[in-house]
Amino acid sequence: MTEELLDVRLSVNGHTHEIRVPARRLLSDALRHDLKLTGTHVGCEHGVCGACTILVDGAPMRSCLMFAVSAEGSEITTVEGLANPDGSLGHVQQAFVECHGLQCGFCTPGFLTTITAGLRDNPTPTHEEARDMIAGNLCRCTGYQNIVKAVERAAELGAS
Amino acid sequence: MKPAPFDYCRPGTLAEAVAALAGQPNAKVLAGGQSLVPLLSMRLAAPALLVDINRIPGLDEITIEDGGVRVGALARHAAVLASPDVRRVQPLVPLALANVAHATIRNRGTTVGSLVHADAAAEMPVVLTLLGGSLDVEGPSGRRTIPADELFVGPLESSVGHDEIAVSAYFPGLAPGAGVAFEEIARRHGDYALVGAAALVDGDSVKVGYLSVSDVPTVVDLSGVADADLGDAALAQLEPADDIHASAAYRAQLVRVLTGRVVRSAREGAR
Repeated sequence: MTEELLDVRLSVNGHTHEIRVPARRLLSDALRHDLKLTGTHVGCEHGVCGACTILVDGAPMRSCLMFAVSAEGSEITTVEGLANPDGSLGHVQQAFVECHGLQCGFCTPGFLTTITAGLRDNPTPTHEEARDMIAGNLCRCTGYQNIVKAVERAAELGAS
Repeated sequence: MKPAPFDYCRPGTLAEAVAALAGQPNAKVLAGGQSLVPLLSMRLAAPALLVDINRIPGLDEITIEDGGVRVGALARHAAVLASPDVRRVQPLVPLALANVAHATIRNRGTTVGSLVHADAAAEMPVVLTLLGGSLDVEGPSGRRTIPADELFVGPLESSVGHDEIAVSAYFPGLAPGAGVAFEEIARRHGDYALVGAAALVDGDSVKVGYLSVSDVPTVVDLSGVADADLGDAALAQLEPADDIHASAAYRAQLVRVLTGRVVRSAREGAR
């Protein structure tokens, strides 16, 4: 069976891309394979681990639980879009460096996007809110303590 | 972990969507996709056609109607959870929604989609059943309303026809003087509950609905039962099962504990 290909226009990190993909192309795969934006990582591929979390019109969503074709018309932000315009690290990225919020780094893109949106909605989280913010993302290395610290440090950096 | 090939259409009106479903018996409706896409990726489902309803205008509305809450098929869990109107009219809806997966999933997943998915381990089917709500569906012969107690017919099985699209769900409001509560026990934050319980207390009437206890959402009437006997009275009407997550005995213990807690909490919160 020859699979029908669809013309899909995606807006990612402020750039428009046109790709030709089957309807079943997951958004995570479209980002990584078709657009070569390999910063978005794919872990469990069924919505549990959070590594593939991106921002869709500013809201964190699992890119492995969306089809690329469904993302047409939305503005997508991946981890590649979180740095400042001059290329320096964004607040959340900087906080992860300072607090040693990563070891292997596989889960990090999902944390960075999730926390970026979380701090936008709640710029001054309590310790409990900081923990809750990352509850949907799994990390096998850090034990989370330094990631929670990074959330709180990123909030400080954002306020300064 | 990739879906099998399928045809895809993205109708702009409900009529077009119904027509698309009518033309392909092996079709699925895609709304939020937070349950459907994993099923497709694991190839537990392989529909020939996916009808993406995300571009149909008006389906995302949340309205207060006849003293209750009507939630459109494209209203995301997050939007329902954040709605002050919903919280005021039927506080059980946000109480339960806060336990639905994680915020990231709630940003995309829809409340109506969760109902149609009909998972007995999910929160919203129990809430709809306990409150005596209903689901409106549209098919080739028009619109019909399915009462909650006729909606959930088996594990992951609803009475929505393959040629019908769920358009909205109706959650009756909370009567003056009535109270509600929701609590669940899960191994991990955001995970499926081992057992969950929702209570509706209205004067002498006490009802509790359970998730993850039976194949379908189950509501038991505990009116007139002494506080000390609530858990045992509930268990007399339930048969918790074993699975890899919990033994039947542990589930029974959770039913005992949660039943007392939610009834107490619903009474205290009665307004």
